[in-house]
This record gives sequence, C-alpha cells and structure tokens, in this order.
Amino acid sequence: MRTPHDSRGAFTIWRVLLLAQLRESPVRLLVTVLAIALGVALGAAVYQVNSSALNEFGLATKRLVGEADVVVRGPREGFSELLFTRLANDAAVSEASPVLELEVALPGRRDTLKVLGVDPFRAATLQPALIGDIAGGLFALFQPNGIYLSISAAQELQLHPGDPLQVIVGSSPKTLQVIGILSEGTYSQALGLMDIASAQWTFNQIGRLNRIDLRLNPGNDVDAFRRKLGPTLPVGVLAIAPQVERDRAVTVTRAYRVNLNMLALVALWTGAFLIFSTQSLAVLRRRQSLALLRALGVTRSQLQKALVGEGAALGVVGSLLGVILGLAIAAAILRFLTGDLGNGQLRAVGASMRAASLPMFAFFLMGTVVASIGAWFPARAAAYQPPARSLKGGDGDFAVVARSSAYSGLALLIVGAALSRLPSMAGLPVFGYAAIASMLFGAVLLVPTLTVKGLGLVPRTRRIVLDTAVAQLRENVGLSTLSLASIIVSFSLMVAMAIMVHSFRTSFDHWLGRMLPADMQLREPLGNDTAYWSAADQAKLAAVPGISRLEFRRTRQLLLDPARAPVTLIARGSTAAQAAEELALVRSGKLPLPSTAAPVWISEALQDIYGYRIGDPIDLPLGGHSRRFVVAGIWRDYSRMFGSLVISRQAYLEATGDGGANEGSIWLDAGASASLVEAQLRARFARGDSFEVLTSTALRERSLQIFDRAFVITYALEAIAVIIGLTGVSFAASSTALARRAEFGMLRHIGMLRGQIIGMLASEGVLTSAFGVAYGLALGTALSLILVYVINRQSFNWSIDLAIPAWQLALLSLTLIAAAAITAIWSGRAAMSQDAVRAVREDW
Amino acid sequence: MLVDRPLSIDGALADPAVLRLENLSKRYSRDRPAILDGIDLELRQGEYLAVMGESGVGKSTLLNLLAGLDHPDSGRILLEGIDLSTLDDDAVTLLRRRSVGFVFQAFHVLPYLSVEQNVALPLDLLGVREPERSRRTAEILAAVGIAPLARRYARELSGGEVQRIAIARALVHKPRLLLADEPTGNLDPRSAAQTLALLRAQVKANAGGGILITHSRTAAETADRILVLDVGGLKPLRAGG
Repeated sequence: MRTPHDSRGAFTIWRVLLLAQLRESPVRLLVTVLAIALGVALGAAVYQVNSSALNEFGLATKRLVGEADVVVRGPREGFSELLFTRLANDAAVSEASPVLELEVALPGRRDTLKVLGVDPFRAATLQPALIGDIAGGLFALFQPNGIYLSISAAQELQLHPGDPLQVIVGSSPKTLQVIGILSEGTYSQALGLMDIASAQWTFNQIGRLNRIDLRLNPGNDVDAFRRKLGPTLPVGVLAIAPQVERDRAVTVTRAYRVNLNMLALVALWTGAFLIFSTQSLAVLRRRQSLALLRALGVTRSQLQKALVGEGAALGVVGSLLGVILGLAIAAAILRFLTGDLGNGQLRAVGASMRAASLPMFAFFLMGTVVASIGAWFPARAAAYQPPARSLKGGDGDFAVVARSSAYSGLALLIVGAALSRLPSMAGLPVFGYAAIASMLFGAVLLVPTLTVKGLGLVPRTRRIVLDTAVAQLRENVGLSTLSLASIIVSFSLMVAMAIMVHSFRTSFDHWLGRMLPADMQLREPLGNDTAYWSAADQAKLAAVPGISRLEFRRTRQLLLDPARAPVTLIARGSTAAQAAEELALVRSGKLPLPSTAAPVWISEALQDIYGYRIGDPIDLPLGGHSRRFVVAGIWRDYSRMFGSLVISRQAYLEATGDGGANEGSIWLDAGASASLVEAQLRARFARGDSFEVLTSTALRERSLQIFDRAFVITYALEAIAVIIGLTGVSFAASSTALARRAEFGMLRHIGMLRGQIIGMLASEGVLTSAFGVAYGLALGTALSLILVYVINRQSFNWSIDLAIPAWQLALLSLTLIAAAAITAIWSGRAAMSQDAVRAVREDW
Repeated sequence: MLVDRPLSIDGALADPAVLRLENLSKRYSRDRPAILDGIDLELRQGEYLAVMGESGVGKSTLLNLLAGLDHPDSGRILLEGIDLSTLDDDAVTLLRRRSVGFVFQAFHVLPYLSVEQNVALPLDLLGVREPERSRRTAEILAAVGIAPLARRYARELSGGEVQRIAIARALVHKPRLLLADEPTGNLDPRSAAQTLALLRAQVKANAGGGILITHSRTAAETADRILVLDVGGLKPLRAGG
C-alpha cells in the first residue's frame, strides 16, 4: 500500500542519490543536461523562428487586406475595371477598393518589388493601417510616377525621398520618383505604394485591375455573399475570404516547417537515449549501493521513483536551459538571417521575436518527459533487481539492465513498414514519421539479439587480446546495447538523411542537365509581372551574332485554388511536340486528344496536390476565358514545389493573344564567346535592363549552391545528433572501463602489458562501434527509403531517385569507428592510471 | 631487453634464491616514517613462506614491490637473479608473466570467460600453442580438483571453487614465484583448509618459491617459515615446516 511516507522516503533517497551523483560525476551530468538542453533549444529555436516569421507574414498580409470582408482576386494580367463599378454598386457592398498588385522588375536585380496601386481615399477606409501613415501627404500620391516605399524597400534599394526609382516595363526602363518612406510600423516588408491611376499608366495596365477589396454592409452574411459572387465573376477571378489570404503563407510553408521541427526533435530524442545510457550506467555503477538501500528497507517503488526523479531533474534543468538557449538562437536568426532557415520561403524582414509562452512551456515539458522516459527503464530494472544478487557483488552481470525483447523489436519493424505504406494526412507525412520512429525503436530492441548472433559468428583467433575482447562483449550484451542505442539512433538517422539528400542532389543535378541543354539561359526576374520581351524584342535578341538558336518561353503565375500557392504556367515550344521536348517526363500517355483540347504536361506536384491524372481535362483561366487542356504527361519539376503546367506557346498565344516571353534558351554558334554574346544581348536594349544571362553551367552551379545552402541546417542538426550519440558511447566506455578496473589490475598482475589491455579495449571499441555502424548503415538505408519515397514525396510532391553516397558514408563510418576506439582507449588509460594492486584489492 | 634474453629455469639456477630482497626501503611521504625500512629476505627454491602483520604495516606495499608493480626508494629486488630496478615496465611485466603467479583474496576471475579459459590466460599470454595449452590446462584443473567444471562460468560456482580457478590460473604456467594475498579471506574454514593445502602442494610440486600474505595464524602455519612484518622489519616467528 502506498503511504505519504512512501513519497517522502522516495524524495529523500532521490536527494541523496542525486547529490552523490553530482559529487561523483559532475561532468557526466553536465554533458547529459547539455544534450537535453541542445535538443530542446533546437526544437524551440526552429519553432520560434518559424512562428515569428509566419506571424510577420500574417501581419503583413493583414495590413494589405485590411478591413475587407471579401477579396476579389484575378490573374496577374488582371480584369476590366468595369467589374469594380459593378461590385461598388452592389447593394450589399459598403466599401470597394480597387487594387493593382504587381511584382515589378527592377534593372540589374534578380528579385522584384511588390507594388500596390490603390485609390488612396478608398484604401484609407479599407486599409487604414497601410494608408494612415501617409494621411497627411495623401495628395502627394497623385503626383505622376510618384511612389512611396516601405522602409525595408528603401533600405534595400538605398533610396531616399526625391530619388528616382527605375522599373522595367516590357523591355524598357521607366522612372518613378520616391515621394516618401512608410514607417516600419506601417509595413515591415519590401513594398511600393502608388496611386492606382499612376500605376495603371506606368505598367501599361490602363483600365485593368487585379484585386478588389470589399467591405459589406452590416447584416450581410459574408460567406453567403462570397459564395454567391463567385460564379458571377469573370473566368480566373476568385472571391476569397481574407483569412484564406492570410493563411496561405502558413499552408505553403507547412511541410518545410514540419520537416525542420522533426529534425530538431531528432536531437532531443537522441538526448533521451543519452539519458537512458547515462542512467543505466549509473544504476550499474551503484548497483551494490542501491541493493543496500533495498536491504535497509527502501521499497521498490521508492527506489524507482527516486531514480526516475534523477532523470527528471536532469530533464528540468536541461529543458529550462534549452528553452532559454532556443529563444536566444531564434532571436539571433531573426536578427541576422531575417528568419530564413535555408529554403528562402520564410524570409521575413523585420520579424520580431514574440516568445510564445505556451509552446515554449510545451518544449520544456517535452524535454522533461523525454528525460524521465529515458530514466524510467533503468530505474525499473534497478528496482526489480533482487537485492541479494546485487549485494553479492563480485563478477559483473551487465545484461540485466537492457533486457529487451526481440519479438517487440520485430513487431515494431513490421508496424513501421506498414505505416510507411499509408498516405499523407492533411498534406503531411504523419505516418511516414511514425514509421521511422517505430522502426528506430524496433531496431534498437533487436540490438541485444543481433549482437549475440553477430558475436557468435566471430571465430576464436587464439589471440588473447581479441578473444578476450569478444568474450567480454558477448557476455555484456546489455551494456553493448546501452552504449550502442544512442549512436545507432543518431547514426542511422544521419545515414538516412545523407542518402536522401544525396539522392535528391543527384536527381536535381540530372534534372538540371536535362532541363538546361542549351549553352546559355536568358530570363527576366522570376515571378515578375512587368518585364518581358515583345515579339519585336525577341527578334532583336535572336539576331545577335553568335546565336544559332534562341527558344523563348513565357512563364506566369496562375491561382487555381485560393487556399494554395499559385502554380506556374510555362508556355514553351512552338508546337505541342516541341513543348514536351527536354521535359523530364516521368509518365506520358499517347492519347487521342479531343480536337478542342490542347495537351498540357503537369508537374508531379500538380498531380499530387490537385489530383490530376493523365487524360484528365484541366480548365485554365487564360485571357479571361476558360480554356480546356488535357493532361498528356507528368514531368519532374524541382523548381516549383507548388505545381507547374507546360503548354505550347502556340496554345498560349491562341488563348491569350500574348506573344511576349520572359525566358529563353540560347544555343551558340560553334566557337562563339558566351561573354561576347551576353554583351551584345544587353546592347540590344538602349538603357538599363533586368534580364539575367547566364551560361547553363553557371546556372547549374548556382542552383546546386542554393540546394546545398538549403540543407546546411539539416546537416547541422544531424551532426549535433551524432555528437550527442558519440557522447553516449564515450560515457558507456568510461563507465565500463571504471567498472572493470579490477579486471585490468588482475590482468596486469598476471603479465598482460599495458599496451595489450589498451589493445583489448580498442578491439572492443572497434568491434562495438563497427557493429553499431554496420547496423546504423543498414537501418539508415531502410529509413532512407521512407524518407525518399514517402516523406519527401508527401512533403514536397516530387519524386527522387535513390542514390547512395558510398564514399561519404564510408568516411563517416570510419570516423565514427575511430572516434569510438579512441574513446575506449582513453577511458581504459584513465581507468588504468590507478594502482593495479589497489584495483584488485577493491571488492567489486 | 628482457624480451631478447629468454628466461629459463636453467638461468635461474645460477642464483639458488628465487627471490632476494636487499635493504629494501619504501616511504610514501616525506612527513611520515618509511613503511618498509631495510628489509632483507631470501626465498629459496621450493620454500613456502608466510608473512604476517597487522593492518597498515606494509604487507601490500611489500607485495607490490615483489611483483614489480611498484618501485622501492632504495635497495634491490632480485627475482631469479635479475634486478627489477634495471628493467622498464614492459620488461618487468614480461618477467612477471613468465615467473610469477598471483592468488587474490577476491579471486578476480573474469566472469565472461569459462573456467578453462580463465585458467589458460597466462598460457595465452605466453603464446603457448595447442595442444600444449590444453594439456597443461587440463593437468592443472585436475590437480586443483575442478576438471569437471572446465566448461562452466565462474558465476555458476561456489567461492571455494572460484578460488581453485584462481590457484590453477596462478600455477598453470609453472611460475618460479607464487604470491598469495589473503587467499582464504573470503572462504569458509573447510574451503580455506583445502585451498591452503593445495597452495603448499603446488609450490612444492613446481619447485619454485611461494609467499603467503595473511592475517591468519592457522593459514600461516601451513608455510615452511613465518615472518612477521612490523616497524622493525621482517622478523621470523618460527622456522621449520
């Protein structure tokens, strides 16, 4: 029966044991606390950075959308402003604000500037936060070509009030004049604000809008109005709830954020394995003392509580430190890297830290719980160990702590394999992650059995050093498991990540090679709405000496679903057959197309996200009309993770009348100089230009550099997990060596050389780590299949081909084995620094 | 180097003493008196000697010095005529491997090796090959009466049986010097008596020398002569055997 004395007793024992541990092994406890702190810090930092960046995006979108109840959004080329007149006169509408929203190309820059053309008086009602700042100078906005810049845009472009700002429209520069700077509180991201008429004039969009913000009269059902309005709008124009606009940044970056959080948690879980190892070894070291406590009347439950409490105490301190460290890291990332954790999706200028107390408490709790779980298993083993057996002391029997079941391990592996077959949940690879966790735990549970089997295969060599080492390992399988658990977990995950990243990089490289067959690439800034080459410009460019062939493309954004990110439409090749040329097709169908439908090749992302299959019709809003296309094939597109469609330029021209182009591939004449051709291309335009000319080789190199940068944080997090794992190995080695010092003393007495004992320990270290590494490689390869074929596909919606980075893995494996051997030797030397006679005289 | 100069019983015959201590002194701290001061001792072939003394008089220090596990401040230790102070650590270890056998109070057998493997450790260290290794192991296991336990592990055996493993291991390579440190301290009277008889018999059978360090007068009386270690040095308690 449990009594209040039970808990009080447990608390007293906990305090005594913890203080004794602190006195005996302060460094070990400190490192364990730091491992937990690091895991919690990474998780907290990643969460905090992402949530602060998202919060900033949310605020920015809110300021842009303002007080609107409904946002009417059209394609970038816009719709007639007659729609505004119609909507403004609708009885349900109290305020309507016309907007022209464009991503404007700037000379000599690869990025674009978002420019809003607004009617300042109407916008003052609907976007008061945006307009409020310039209320005094509202009339200045009517100055022809006048533009207000947000403070971050002004800083980035190094402009001040009165300075000229050049923008590219078509292929020509136009000059605007900066009339003022918006304060940071108004809008922290890069933005230009113009009068709508001025914007329409500047950007050749007279009579066109692409957004109307509506506020309804009180009493109207906003959702009902929006649903009713939708079908009455022109093709490609959507009535969207403001919340959907605000949530888009959250939705489109979710997969990336979740993956990053999962990676951060890997470090935390590796920390849990470290706690497991540390506490197990601490229990082993103190088994006689613990048995004595039991003999003196400490109950099983008191002992178990006290030992779990030890782990929990480490967890509390580590988690607290971790949360503080995480917030500091997050603050630094937000300040110096503008919240970008590598993929560029969450670059939020001016995002400020908003420490979310509840999630931070959750991270604190997670660290504490994880540490307690790590301590629970050895605590239970210690509590259930018969005291008489432990008190007897003498020969060590290490197998008792990590008793585990091969059947449970196998079952978890099978469950993991089954989970990996399930589809994504809400667009997230939830079951894929569960499969990895299940397989990891299953694999760790199998370690003792596999160690016994593996060591059984090692033949007796009659070399005393090796034979003794093998016998020692075979006997102490439990201890081997303890020392291997953390390194197997972290190393297998690192192997899996390395294979996944290498596969991705190799596939990406091959894809670039296929997509960039020409010698040079020519393009206007990605995603821009204003710069393009007219038919005349195209002819001028194609006539440059040294060019044997120049193929133009037209790319533009299409919003197919307001809740999702826009997809990219690519018009390429004069005919349907040419459009599909050089695409990295993963599937194509030979279908008899209806005469009214043109073929479209969709990317894998479009297939996965929108559910289109080969042969399905797709209606695309082009040129104010709905045009029907039929899916003729699926292609691999690593550039556009939200989906892309390829149609022929002919079909695009027929649908839109737009013969412009904003990208091109250049094949040079034999012997022509790329730099000369570039200079001549630029000389075709009298003044500044915004287009970029690159050799395909340079573009490929740059793309791979961006790729590598995106995975830097992945490698960093994995490296931290492996360091934590190695720390576990080191702890196990030093604990074992200390526990065996009497054995070393005896061996020295009977004539074993110091070098032979060290050789024996090195052999044990090499054998243990080689097994761990081989096992980690096998497990990591299995996990990489889930990463490559399940998690990657479900997160990013593109396929990659498996490729094994053999040299990289071999080097990593050898490094780990060497590190483990060095650790074992170092621990052995430390243990042998004691007097050999004193060691054998100690009772153990 | 000793490795290049193989030792043999023939070599040792040049000096009739297995072990000779000459004016041996050792102190651990300048502030404290020497724990051993001017010790002289000669252990002859076939002689079995007991050293008694109260706790703290330096019995363990003496054992360390005899085994070459510690260095004296002054004086010489000659094991089979070889001055240990002239050897480096590896050479002393090799000499100990070949010429010394140890029996400890806490047995110290390796739990992860079988009885036979534990006993054969010194032969393995000396590089004795099969079938000689098995023959000598079986011979000593039979001599100490645990041949049927050869395949078992120490954790499955009683204290008396484990101490027999330790004795077999100390003697399997026929060392010239057997050092036994309280070998019966953890045994019941019957096992203790058997162990002491066994030790004496094996020392005599090997024609080497043996030193038994003990608190027990009963144990000491199984030796040929008894010396008492105290602040005055080593003094005989009685002679004869």
